[in-house]
Amino acid sequence: MSGATQTGRAFVYGDGIDTDVLAPGHAMKLGPDGLARHCLEAIDPEFASNVRPGDLVFAGADFGIGSSREQAAISLKKLGVAAVFARSFARIFYRNAINIGLPALIFPHDGAVSAGDRISLDLAAGRVTNITTGKAYPVSPMPEHLRNMIEAGGLMESLKARFGAREAVS
Amino acid sequence: MRIVVTDARSEEIRTVPKPATLAQKILARAAGQSHVTPGDIVTVRVDLAMAHDSSGPRRWQARLEALGTGLWDPSRVVIVSDHYVPAVDAESAAILKTTRDFARDYGVKHFYDMRGICHVILPEHGHLRPGLFIAGGDSHTTNAGAFGCYAAGFGATDMTAIAATGETWTTVPHTIRVNIEGKPGGCVTSKDMMLALCRELGMGNHFKAIEFGGAAVRAMDMEARTVLANMTAELGGEVGLVEPDETTLAHIRAHGGTADDTDITRWRSDHDAPYERVLTLDAAALAPQVAAPHSPANSADVTVHAGVAIDQAYIGACVGAKLSDLHMAAAVLRGRSVADGVRLLVAPASAKVTDAAARDGTLAILTGAGAVMLPSGCGACAGLGAGLLAEGEVCLSSTNRNFKGRMGHKDAEVWLGSPFTVAASAVTGKITDPRSLLAERSRAA
Repeated sequence: MSGATQTGRAFVYGDGIDTDVLAPGHAMKLGPDGLARHCLEAIDPEFASNVRPGDLVFAGADFGIGSSREQAAISLKKLGVAAVFARSFARIFYRNAINIGLPALIFPHDGAVSAGDRISLDLAAGRVTNITTGKAYPVSPMPEHLRNMIEAGGLMESLKARFGAREAVS
Repeated sequence: MRIVVTDARSEEIRTVPKPATLAQKILARAAGQSHVTPGDIVTVRVDLAMAHDSSGPRRWQARLEALGTGLWDPSRVVIVSDHYVPAVDAESAAILKTTRDFARDYGVKHFYDMRGICHVILPEHGHLRPGLFIAGGDSHTTNAGAFGCYAAGFGATDMTAIAATGETWTTVPHTIRVNIEGKPGGCVTSKDMMLALCRELGMGNHFKAIEFGGAAVRAMDMEARTVLANMTAELGGEVGLVEPDETTLAHIRAHGGTADDTDITRWRSDHDAPYERVLTLDAAALAPQVAAPHSPANSADVTVHAGVAIDQAYIGACVGAKLSDLHMAAAVLRGRSVADGVRLLVAPASAKVTDAAARDGTLAILTGAGAVMLPSGCGACAGLGAGLLAEGEVCLSSTNRNFKGRMGHKDAEVWLGSPFTVAASAVTGKITDPRSLLAERSRAA
């Protein structure tokens, strides 16, 4: 999604959205598509059926706290969420999101976005615009090594390039 | 409880290069550098990679095949089947078979199939030594930090990369030092200390190292110390560390591991280490704690919530079903019975724990009181195994997390407490200060 401007609707949640809410244990045996249907169901039973590709999730502090389960990030991506914005992210969730190519961006502007607002995101320019309110917000760039990873298509693609290169050399 | 906060963050962290915390020292060694500074991004060699049946082979296999690599070093990989054990349906059976087949096909040297929970397996089988960098495919990998290891949790793609290359990146963390001083009163455990710290420090200490020390930590056995490191995950920390001492070395040697005296002198923070903050927790002033739904940080003295009726009492998980935890429960339950209408479920943390508890009479006390024994594994704590909750049910649990929906129905209530508190509450059928039951016993005796 690098380069292009994304436009979607905002889904807004509070602090402490944990991995059990994002990827409930009872559904962890299911494959990624089946598990994604349960994403956020404990706090928003309609999320999986309402969210559409390009929509954006906004939340408060400590997004993704809890388990190391990567399915917490994968479920959001499977449902088409284009990026997650939060005041702060749990460490493992943050790494997982970047590794699978789901942008996770610090967004400390409480009250700037309401559920259902139309939002545009320009990652390359580092700007979020709330089309509904007409206000724009800068987004801090991610560290360079993570930007490089996302540009390579995520961690697996980086690794494939690395091992492919080795084979070519040898 | 008294918390003294000294904000020691200053420019000294950047201008004084030499003094270092334990976390910095281990990362410097793993990165092949003489010194690393908080905020640096470093590439580190992994000494030990650990994964379980949920996060490991079933997520690694296709990706490793796509990469065309095997494991970077099968002798440094530990695989533990502990989440879907024993299989309850065709899907969980398939996950366990995938794990077994992978361990065989990839030559994994250390594979533990239904022998217990991975975090308990590592110290039980001599895998830990101070100074190691350990990457684990589970958030409670922090548990091994009790042995002076830099042990952090990673997701499946990070772990696949580690399995293939033996290396990963990390940001050198700032360290928060927590000194736990004073002699804790009766029935006050390291679990109570961590529930109090979740409340006081919050769960947002992302990317930080938390280092535990002080007289009360020095006095703890290794099982108690692992609770501090384990629940650093609940604080949001990258790693939880305890500097090794004679207690550490004795435990490692008694469990078939390798360690020598230089581990104590080498793997400790400098006296002028650049801590971001230094906190003191007075254990002597601490009461047993319980955390109300739906966060470990939602904790208070047990007396605040005494009388809340429970349907289930659960003693399980890496953090709450070690041999010492079963001993705590037995100290309360000896000669008593679980209340009518309440079920007490006990899932010992490993097969070795079960065996030791059978030999020393602990199991007979638990089952004599009416406890139902469950298999060793993550089970109900991870929302997977037997012991899940129906809508509206209330459980007091010795586990480490009580997020909404974690142990069954999303509208069930999970409360957290120590094994003492869980056992006492099982006897009365409501949340109970365990000190009252043990005091009754000492009066009777």
